Amino acid sequence: MAFVSVKQLLAAVEEQGLPLWEVILNEDVKDRGVVREDSFRQMNALWAAMKSASEGYSAAARSKSGLVGGDGEKMRRYALTGNGIAGAYLSGVIAEALRMGESNACMKRIVAAPTAGSCGVLPAVLIPFARANKTGDREITSALFVAAGFGQIIASRASISGAEGGCQAEIGSASAMAAAALVCLKNGTPEMSACACSMALMNLLGLVCDPVAGLVEIPCVKRNVIGAVNAISCADMALAGIGSAIPPDEVIDSMRSVGDMMPACLRETGTGGLAATPTGAAAAKKIHGIL
Amino acid sequence: MNLFDIMGPIMVGPSSSHTAGAVRIGLVTRKLLGEPVAEAEMLLHGSFAATGEGHGTDRALVAGLLGMKPDDERIPSSFAIAEEEGMKFHSGTVTLRNVHPNTAMLRVKGKSGKDLEVVASSLGGGRIRICRIDGIETNFSGDCPTLVVHNLDRPGHVAQVTTLLYQYSVNIAAMQLYRNVRGGYAVMVLECDQPIPAEPLASLEKEDGIIKVTYLNLDE
Ligand code: SF4
Repeated sequence: MAFVSVKQLLAAVEEQGLPLWEVILNEDVKDRGVVREDSFRQMNALWAAMKSASEGYSAAARSKSGLVGGDGEKMRRYALTGNGIAGAYLSGVIAEALRMGESNACMKRIVAAPTAGSCGVLPAVLIPFARANKTGDREITSALFVAAGFGQIIASRASISGAEGGCQAEIGSASAMAAAALVCLKNGTPEMSACACSMALMNLLGLVCDPVAGLVEIPCVKRNVIGAVNAISCADMALAGIGSAIPPDEVIDSMRSVGDMMPACLRETGTGGLAATPTGAAAAKKIHGIL
Repeated sequence: MNLFDIMGPIMVGPSSSHTAGAVRIGLVTRKLLGEPVAEAEMLLHGSFAATGEGHGTDRALVAGLLGMKPDDERIPSSFAIAEEEGMKFHSGTVTLRNVHPNTAMLRVKGKSGKDLEVVASSLGGGRIRICRIDGIETNFSGDCPTLVVHNLDRPGHVAQVTTLLYQYSVNIAAMQLYRNVRGGYAVMVLECDQPIPAEPLASLEKEDGIIKVTYLNLDE
């Protein structure tokens, strides 16, 4: 059985005296009855797929509804000018998140992490990080184990589906996973990864799922940006030694209860929030002839 | 959910439930039919019907029926590929009772004239559940090698099938039995830990009282 709490995960790390990512890998090996190499190779293949998805971005592509496309390229060009408010890494992250979110909306091949709607968050922080720090594939793959390990706990205690728990469950979870992974890449302790995960979730608690016309386009693409940027700030806070006032497991449980309290119109039905604005509703009407 | 249900799958966007899950539903149907699809009717229910077009659900179903997997980059152009391969299809909407909001009913006819009706739901994250085959309730995911046997509802068929699997050292993970009426038409669904070799399946199909044997292994 995979870990059901962050507490249990940290205890296992303590007990086994192994790095966090390896404890998570070992658990996968046990859970699925596979060999270590296969588990590692499978994760590494996801990293390779993230990179090729990034390379496959097309600036000219538009989603079938016509609502999104091209913004990732605009941001990339802007980032290259060096005039951005954010520094080189952060503006690269913003561009990457947009590119991945747009590729998804345009039916390109992506890696759901944890979902297709939130597929931009992890690659957005990892690809520019690897580029800037010349980080090897092995290290990034290890960090992905950390991300997935926390994601698994979130999925088991709460949810990673917007239809079930709102966008906090998708972009929030992706952000928490990315924050933990970044801490790992900077050689932070397992507790720091846990704090980063916890803070990232706290910051996005209550985020509703309100896609215009029910499509994974608006606000999804840009929410990948906030997920990525939030992950970076939470990872940096954790690495600075700042703790999470509420323990991770309690934060995850509160995300679940917030999700349970959310009305259906804010859980991927495309009927509340931004989807219900006059502009959102008009777009839906044009696309589906409904609402 | 296992670790790679969280990280992954690699898939063509935009939605794991409306696109990746729909491809799998098409693929499972194609595999259950056991031969290339000549004609298909795709009926969408609930949220599949409401936002299916924008999510490419119809193109995803067609891609699956053509044998594509969720990460196949040809999914967006599946309509054109179906035309090239001579697969006729049309889609519409349907209202089904007591099913998940993301559900499709597929009626397919194979090249040899065999036909099949499948009702399946997309549960999120690309995972699916096959809820009905030819009008008989079922409940399986297609994640592991699955054997589906249609037989007359008479004693002995279950023993026949399980003995055969035992002979080939195939372990059964879960087994379900369904029938329309007592003594009528029955369906046995066996989800296994190992893939099943081809020969025993062919011999099983020849047994008296066994109507149809279908084997599903999405990894093949
Ligand atoms: S708004 Fe909803 S569909 Fe869009 S990314 Fe968030 S959870 Fe997914």
